[in-house]
Amino acid sequence: MRLQYPSNINIIKLPCTGKIDLIHLLRSFEKGADGVYVVGCLEGACQFTSGNIRARKRVEQAQEILEKIGVGGERVQMFNLSSSEAPHFVQVAVEMTEKIRDMGPNPIKTAMQKAA
Amino acid sequence: MEKVDGYKGNFKVTVRKSPRYIDESMCTACGDCTTVCPVVLPNEYDQGLSDRKAAYKKYAQAIPGAFAIQKRDKAPCRLACPAGLNVQGYVQMVGEGKYEEALKIIMEDLPLPGVLGRICPHGCENACRRCDVDQPVAIRDLKRLAADQFDPREINVECQDRRKEKVAIIGSGPSGLSAAYHLAKKGILSTIFEALPKPGGMLRVGIPEHRLPRDVLDQEIELITNLGVQIKTNTPLSAELTVDNLLDDGYKAVYLAMGAHKGIELGIPGETVKGVRQGVDFLRELNLSGKAPVGKRMAVIGGGNVAIDVARSAVRLGAEEVNIIYRRTRAEMPAWEEEIQAAEEEGSKITYLSAPQEILTQDGEIVGLRCIRMELGEPDSSGRKRPIPVPGSEYDIEIDQLIPAIGQRADLSAIEDMEGLDFSRWGTIEVDPVTYATNRDGIFAGGDIQTGPWVAIGAIAAGREAAESIVRYLDGMDMAEGREPISNEDPVYRPIPGDTPTQPRAKMPELPVEKRRAVFDEVELGYEEETGKKEAGRCLNCGYCCECFQCVEVCGPGAVSRETHTERPETISLNVGSIILSPGFRPFDPSRFETYNYAKLPNVITSMEFERILSASGPTMGHLVRPSDEKEPKKIAWLQCIGSRDVNRCDHPYCSSVCCMYAIKESVIAKEHAGSDLDCAIFFMDMRTHGKDFEIYYDNAKEKQGVRFIRSRVHTIDPVEESDDLSLKYATEDGEFKEERFDMVVLSVGIETAPDVMELAENLGLDLGEEGFCQTESFYPVTTSKEGVYVCGAFQGPKDIPQSIMEASAAACAAGTDLSDVRGSDTRIKEIPEEMDVSDVEPKVGIFICNCGINIGGVVDVPGLAEYASTLPNVVFTDQNLFTCSQDTQEKMKEVLKEHGVNRVVVAACSPTTHEALFQDSLQDCGLNKYLFEMANIRNQDSWVHSDDPASATDKAKDLVRMAVARASLLEPLTAKTISVNKRALVIGGGVSGMSAALNVADQGFETVIVEKEAQLGGLAKELTHTIEGADVQEHLFELMERIERHEKIQVLTESLIVGFSGFKGNFTTEIMVGPGMYERKIDHGVVILATGANEYTPNDFLYGEDSRVMTQMDLDRQLDEKGAEDLQHVVMIQCVGSRNEDYRNCSRICCQAAIKNALHVKKLNPEASVYILYRDIRTYGLLEEYYREARQQGVLFFRFDRDQPPEVKSSEEGLMVSFRDHVLQRDIRISADILALSVGMRAEDTEELASILKVARNQDGYFMEAHVKLRPVDMANDAFFVCGTAHSPKLVSESIAQAMAAASRAVTFLSQSEITLSVVTAKVDQERCASCLICVRSCPYDVPKINEDGVSEIDPALCRGCGVCAAECPAKVIELNWYEDDQVMSKVDALLEGVL
Repeated sequence: MRLQYPSNINIIKLPCTGKIDLIHLLRSFEKGADGVYVVGCLEGACQFTSGNIRARKRVEQAQEILEKIGVGGERVQMFNLSSSEAPHFVQVAVEMTEKIRDMGPNPIKTAMQKAA
Repeated sequence: MEKVDGYKGNFKVTVRKSPRYIDESMCTACGDCTTVCPVVLPNEYDQGLSDRKAAYKKYAQAIPGAFAIQKRDKAPCRLACPAGLNVQGYVQMVGEGKYEEALKIIMEDLPLPGVLGRICPHGCENACRRCDVDQPVAIRDLKRLAADQFDPREINVECQDRRKEKVAIIGSGPSGLSAAYHLAKKGILSTIFEALPKPGGMLRVGIPEHRLPRDVLDQEIELITNLGVQIKTNTPLSAELTVDNLLDDGYKAVYLAMGAHKGIELGIPGETVKGVRQGVDFLRELNLSGKAPVGKRMAVIGGGNVAIDVARSAVRLGAEEVNIIYRRTRAEMPAWEEEIQAAEEEGSKITYLSAPQEILTQDGEIVGLRCIRMELGEPDSSGRKRPIPVPGSEYDIEIDQLIPAIGQRADLSAIEDMEGLDFSRWGTIEVDPVTYATNRDGIFAGGDIQTGPWVAIGAIAAGREAAESIVRYLDGMDMAEGREPISNEDPVYRPIPGDTPTQPRAKMPELPVEKRRAVFDEVELGYEEETGKKEAGRCLNCGYCCECFQCVEVCGPGAVSRETHTERPETISLNVGSIILSPGFRPFDPSRFETYNYAKLPNVITSMEFERILSASGPTMGHLVRPSDEKEPKKIAWLQCIGSRDVNRCDHPYCSSVCCMYAIKESVIAKEHAGSDLDCAIFFMDMRTHGKDFEIYYDNAKEKQGVRFIRSRVHTIDPVEESDDLSLKYATEDGEFKEERFDMVVLSVGIETAPDVMELAENLGLDLGEEGFCQTESFYPVTTSKEGVYVCGAFQGPKDIPQSIMEASAAACAAGTDLSDVRGSDTRIKEIPEEMDVSDVEPKVGIFICNCGINIGGVVDVPGLAEYASTLPNVVFTDQNLFTCSQDTQEKMKEVLKEHGVNRVVVAACSPTTHEALFQDSLQDCGLNKYLFEMANIRNQDSWVHSDDPASATDKAKDLVRMAVARASLLEPLTAKTISVNKRALVIGGGVSGMSAALNVADQGFETVIVEKEAQLGGLAKELTHTIEGADVQEHLFELMERIERHEKIQVLTESLIVGFSGFKGNFTTEIMVGPGMYERKIDHGVVILATGANEYTPNDFLYGEDSRVMTQMDLDRQLDEKGAEDLQHVVMIQCVGSRNEDYRNCSRICCQAAIKNALHVKKLNPEASVYILYRDIRTYGLLEEYYREARQQGVLFFRFDRDQPPEVKSSEEGLMVSFRDHVLQRDIRISADILALSVGMRAEDTEELASILKVARNQDGYFMEAHVKLRPVDMANDAFFVCGTAHSPKLVSESIAQAMAAASRAVTFLSQSEITLSVVTAKVDQERCASCLICVRSCPYDVPKINEDGVSEIDPALCRGCGVCAAECPAKVIELNWYEDDQVMSKVDALLEGVL
């Protein structure tokens, strides 16, 4: 459908969101990402039964940690989509971008830049 | 499929393959052809709710992925044009404002677009099918618009290499100019000899300037002379310049095109006097000198365009009175209507039905004309009514000038003595009608000199054809070969859509009449661009593709070309052993029901249309709006059984089986889309949710989602005045009339067999049932009446997706059994070179960046990206290609890899989903491990979705490539393990399903073991007598048992229990306790088929077990079989006993038909007996509906009861008293019954222990779970496990057999592999570091990790599915998922964020 979405989103492919590791999420922020979101299958439709449920838990863990350390828990999110929902994908991309824009840059990045 | 000859095992099938017009093997599915295609057609995939192009792909996921062009016969306008101009093509181009392209199309055939765009009599417009809607498209005016907007002289006319031969053309009229033009295109420069002082022939001297401005003609002649054609004016043929002289001078061929410039005399006295002059002579003088003498009172004789041209010119030249005298009426006048009107507007008078008789003279000068009145008689040979003089009606008029313009002929004086030329009796040259060759070698003739006076476009066509002949003549080739005119008696055109709105033809602006005096300024002023585009938009695209060849221009890989555009249907002959028919169905078209107003009211739509509206890829991208005003609906109604269960109006007595369920689904999804305040109401007769777990879905829709279910058949949909809303009037079950307003009404249309499918069946000699479905027998559900031909899906009878897929596998099973002897005989094995060892070599990355035509290159700066990529670490080679996936690039890639020692490959192109495997094959062909590969999706994830911001897209492409290179550098070779397959099947359960499955596996050559817990085979079927169709169950059962006993590949273990199970797909071991001695056996096998069956439910109410007159349907079946029904007077049946209630929520599917079967049996045995069936919904789905109808006709009485108000039963000596409330009569009814038969439904066999031994999943009712309820109804989630029969869900014997065959087919597919290749994407444990914490064991959704003998976790790659959950959960991080190792994933994160901090 070639629907347009913000170009600041880069996709990293995994076999299942169940493979997403807390370390992957946190490392992204450590390296300066402003936001990360995980897109998995609809709940109940995981090809591997429940990978997306586990992913959601890890995202919640990451949210807690990021909130605690002052980066902002909202910067990491989980969404469930089916492959036929292109318009919804775009909606998520736009909403996430707007949310992160509102939150401003990753404070780690700002701090590092100041330090430098 | 056109024809089938032969017999089972050796059919010869003739298939007609329609052309695709795009080379499928070269198409990269980039879609550029669609973008430029001008032809807009309704998109069938969206049920006509959106548009598509003539170059198209049916839908995004279509397979094959290549595009196709829809094309039928050439449009009628094109066929009507004497020169065969591609009218549809240039009209479409004008519609797009592509005037240059339009001219290119026109100038393929016609070098004078601006001229013909003014003066062509446009026979094409008479043929235009737009006439059936309103008026024809103004084709000629659109041609002119193209020439007005773009100077034809600027068109680059492609000419072949210049040849030496000289050709002479006599006459520079349209035919001579056309011949010269077409010869020049073929490399031959000609010289045109023109008698008159200026070139153009009749175009110049016959047509006055107000119709054809001289500069237009001059420019277009210039276009021809620009090609190198010479025109010698004032050079007529004469005694000094004969054709023979020309040949002697070295001209190799001569084309005679002198036209017909000589006026025909009236043949009345006085024609030679002063003041009488031929029309053509008058016009010639005017057109060459700019003036011609006119008198005060002029009479023009004739009704053709010359007469009108003379009259209109004379008015301009100052004649005071111009009178056109014509012998017939206006209707017969050959001049164009618009010309006649213009002449009248400008002041000429026309006298009809009058003919000149004598020119009145005085002193050798004309003073008047004697005319006679005419009347019309019978039609003459031209079809026009013959004028007959009215005796005595002569009259005189006073004139001082007479211009006869009744026709022209050729002046043959210069050639009449030429040797070898023949002339017709009409004074024209005789030629071959195809080649235009005269009887003399090297001399050709065409145009008016050959046809007599005719249209310019005809002369132009002749010139083109003569040019072709001359070239062939010079080359010594056969001039006629392949040029016979193609006649098409019955052309196929795009049907004119019924809803095409009328749109009047655009009017050409004209010079005001008052400005036309004394000047020859052009009268018709030409269209404005916008008017022209709109006018072109009226074209109906009769031929679909308009052959504008824009797709050819834009197609990067050359998949569509002028050659592919000429593809013809292909006849293919196939030699096959079996045939499977799966032609499907078509949705019922409700337009024929006037009361539903489907055709008239836009908000009455079919369920198919509603599906598309709900679809995220549909016309509204999943936004739920109604068609009329795109308003979000607040209330939607569904009407069920449209085109189903209806004998009176549509002759479809059957139930379509699927509509109830899809209507519920649509209503639920609609509520999900629009929010819960959307009101959904389904109007139905019986709610038929008889599939596995469907009843639960129905309950949820009703109770949780709030969908309203209204039991009523609605007969009329009325529009609500002054709104787009709709009003439904309906009666409730208790007779109350109601009216309700909705925003939208969805018609739940049924399914039917398409007429072409019926024809196919007839050609094949198949038996169809009365309803048009393929006939099969109860125990042979996919076998047609023709041996070796099998059927599956909705052509066998209405059914849903799971049932269709089961049958599809069953048909494959039947066909496979016929072919099992030759299994694997046509297999080819691809040779793969040995793999290069890269373990100790530094990563060297080669990058291939794809332009994908303009898909990527049009947005992303690919050269810049390539330059950037070459600077990345480890990169040794970078290349950019137009299409990396094309065959030649693939070959090139192999060379490059070797040359540069590349050991990791990155392709920056499209999606790995579609192309990863292709590129991996290339790596393998080069001896590189295929997992040393990574794709950067710079198309789907970049250029397509950021096309509005090329700079950002280029930046992102760099990010994507950098990430890919980072990961590629860390990739290691991976080798897939292969495991052998034990070729034995284990079938658990020996009922009809188990036995059928076992026989079908064994018949295909594989050993099979049946494990049955009872002492005998047969299962529940042992209790059944006949199917509802009348087939004898016991007979079939006996046959199955006998075949099993004799079968050398089948082993039966009765009184046996499964006690242990281990292994993985292809290599299972099952431990079995075999009775009666209960000794243990171990069976090794490769697959498992579960066929454990189900039982009749034992009720605990309605006095069952307390009163012997209360029995189950199976008991009644047996009793009727054994004892008959003579003593029965009143039989009552209660449906849904033990089904559709709180304890067991589902429907048992089979009980309605069982009750009706027994009811019909009772009626057959004892017609006097009364049968009452108390039901909740009668669920005789599909063709079973026929039996329900028959039961009603036989007098079986049906009473409906509600779930919360079940019938009550009391025992008494006179009989059983059954009481219930009747909804129609609104009162309680009591029946005294001899027998009460309970339709008790089914319960799955107790398989709890078995399921836990095998580790397979069951649903809440104890039925085994399939891998996917719709798409994989026979496979189970566990690999190499299959399920069939009532172990899966309640079903009929015929359905069980179909599923058993399906399970056998799936099992054989697996067993026929000699080995299986396991996925490399599996998890592996670093056992040295494993802390045995058990987290992986607990987190794996498939119970794969085990703590081994060494006390550490071990993951069997044969069982691992590769989801990576364990790797993510492992707290010690000692589990890695191959190809997604943590450092590989992280490298992408790092590369992406490189330099951010």
